[in-house]
Amino acid sequence: MNFDDTPQEAAFRAEARAWIAANAPKQYEDELKKSSLGRTALKGANILEVAKVWQKKKADAGWACLHWPKEYGGRGATPIERVIWQQEEGPFGRLSGIFIIGHGMCGPTMMAFAGEEEKKKYLPPLASGEKVWCQLFSEPAGGSDVAGLRTRAERNGDDWIINGQKIWTSGAHYSDYGILLTRTDPNVAKHKGLTMFFLDMKSPGVEIKPIKQANGASDFNEVYFTDVKIPDSQRLGAVNDGWNVSLTTLMNERMSIGAGVSTGFPELFEFCNSLMLDDGPAIEDRNVRSKLAHWAVKASGLKYTSMRAISALSKGQRPGPENSIGKLVAGSMIQDVAAYALDLQGAAGALVGAEDAEATGKFQAMLLRAPGTRVEGGTDEIMRNIIAERVLGLPGDIRVDKDVPFNKIPTRGRG
Amino acid sequence: MNFDFSDEQKQMRDEARKFLAEKCPPKAVRAVLDGNASYDKDLWKGLAEMGFLGVAIPEEFGGAGAGHLELCVIAEEMGRALAPVPFSSTVYLAAEAILLAGSAAQKKKWLPAIASGEAIGTLALFEGKGNPSPEAIKLAASGGMLNGVKKPVPDGAIADFAVVAARTGSTGRDSDISLFLVDLKAGGVEARALTNLDPSRGQAELTFRNCKAEPLGAAGEGWSVLSQVFDRAAVLMAFEQVGGADRALEMGRDYALDRIAFGRPIGSFQAVKHMLADMYVSATLARSNCYYGAWALSTNASELPEAAAAARISATQAFQHCAKNNIQVHGGMGFTWEFDCHMYYRRANATALGLGSLSYWEDQLIDRMRKRNAA
Repeated sequence: MNFDDTPQEAAFRAEARAWIAANAPKQYEDELKKSSLGRTALKGANILEVAKVWQKKKADAGWACLHWPKEYGGRGATPIERVIWQQEEGPFGRLSGIFIIGHGMCGPTMMAFAGEEEKKKYLPPLASGEKVWCQLFSEPAGGSDVAGLRTRAERNGDDWIINGQKIWTSGAHYSDYGILLTRTDPNVAKHKGLTMFFLDMKSPGVEIKPIKQANGASDFNEVYFTDVKIPDSQRLGAVNDGWNVSLTTLMNERMSIGAGVSTGFPELFEFCNSLMLDDGPAIEDRNVRSKLAHWAVKASGLKYTSMRAISALSKGQRPGPENSIGKLVAGSMIQDVAAYALDLQGAAGALVGAEDAEATGKFQAMLLRAPGTRVEGGTDEIMRNIIAERVLGLPGDIRVDKDVPFNKIPTRGRG
Repeated sequence: MNFDFSDEQKQMRDEARKFLAEKCPPKAVRAVLDGNASYDKDLWKGLAEMGFLGVAIPEEFGGAGAGHLELCVIAEEMGRALAPVPFSSTVYLAAEAILLAGSAAQKKKWLPAIASGEAIGTLALFEGKGNPSPEAIKLAASGGMLNGVKKPVPDGAIADFAVVAARTGSTGRDSDISLFLVDLKAGGVEARALTNLDPSRGQAELTFRNCKAEPLGAAGEGWSVLSQVFDRAAVLMAFEQVGGADRALEMGRDYALDRIAFGRPIGSFQAVKHMLADMYVSATLARSNCYYGAWALSTNASELPEAAAAARISATQAFQHCAKNNIQVHGGMGFTWEFDCHMYYRRANATALGLGSLSYWEDQLIDRMRKRNAA
């Protein structure tokens, strides 16, 4: 048992480290380090532009989408090399936020289902960040129950005509392309009448409206489709086989193992280390220490769980299911941690940016962002279902709509 | 990176699991729980024959000379099987104290006897309520004689010898404490078995009256040695707890798959599924913390104090959580004496206390993190 690199891993790490040291945008390093929670933003710079420049630079030197094949803009690297890269990229990896969906979900789906010509055309600029992609699955009537979506695609000669609405689309407002899951047959059971496409987000009839979130920010959008035309050549997979195609996409929604998840614990520990309560330093208070210890072992548990996954990759094995706990644990933990940091400041915890309220801004931002973390990319409840069914082998839920034609499924709970 | 046990170590775990499945089924645990024996003597003998008692004892002292990682995988299996034997007191506490502080003669006398199963050892530290602290140690040592009362002492009524923490000064410093080795069969000690939360493991009160004792380690070094013993034992006990947590989770999962209510397996209800998923989460966090503890223990890393505290806290929480909710999944049957759930519940809650309680280790963890932060 050890934490050491193999000689090959060490050589790869040294190469990556040297390249990053010589090329990374160091002027943003401090700001990026501080931006681990809530939103990533850079003062006096457009983060989208900085991110695109960094991604292009990486692509030109062969450091973009490391695990993708070379002909599609990647490096053909092993999974462990990808993890090592992420570890070495450190805070600069936060610039990749806008590419996560494109690289993690859209790209692999294209690779699995697009024609060779399309792959050669669309994947390299996706890898290099010149084109940004988004994923259009969720709808007002289909969140956790994605297969309940209603956006229609109707055949018209060599084209498909799209009408409907998507929601929670991250980055739609700066995306060039998207993958789109639609309903092509409402007369069959809901999973059996779906079809996947990719489209140009600048197509006529696509309208993007940012959603103002509960925390005041706008990371997500509503996307409306009015008679949007998509050529059949942009269909991914067979007609009405979109559910299986979407499973490929979702399977690729892997936690980025190397980068780790934010729990808020380091921030809370640092805060308690300097905070003075009425009767002395917070860190010497028994209640504070008990709470800190409770969260400390969750944070370290997650850290070493990902080390176990990395070790599996290092040995050429697939990581075990234990990695699926990350988002579930971190999401609610960050919420609790933030609320506690404010609690320690009494009434002043409610103030924003006031001089007598220490670090409220940071913890308030965490507090207000955390509810979204617990919902996006699989709610806490869906994550628990996944663990129960795929890890523990418990039976799936009884689905009352499983064999009902989609257009016969009730749409309202009352009346 | 290879943050995992080796194939040989995993093979040893499999061997231990197989051995314990055969020699330590739930009915063997029940025999001790019901008071038919003070511990499972046949199992103890078998563990010695398998080489498990001396797995981390060097070969020159009759052990297998493997190491602490091997001991960790065996500890996990002992916890999983709820083995009703004085393994933790003999192997994690007494043997580790002798390995750390014993003279060559003491090692030669006791370590081979531990490895062969001839000697049961323990650590006599606590004196009534409270967590480990030098201030709480009142039992006095002077002129090679001990006087005072220790309780609870794990497996104290069946132990052949004890490492005893005694007061040898009154300056208010840690150096007031020294360790002694006492042959419990030589007279001067009266042992009284105490009833406790988990009767499958013994607890006792030891009364020392002008009891002859030989120093273990240098005078005044007792607390420093004890702290190291406790860190090692915390990691090892954490593996027992993770083994118990995993087994409780499996029992709950199996029952949820088999039990039908409202026309379907109860494991198809989200309320039950989510409870089991949360048990899996806490067991996984604990296991990962334990692996880090194992790494620190096996490399004698400077991170050991912090890693041990984290493993201990995480594993205590996980075992308590899994044992508690295993009963809940089983419903009424989980609350019967006949079902095994309560044995895990008892063990989970008893092991949570034995080495210092959860709140003690929480306090320790934060202290240690602060020290590292300041360094």
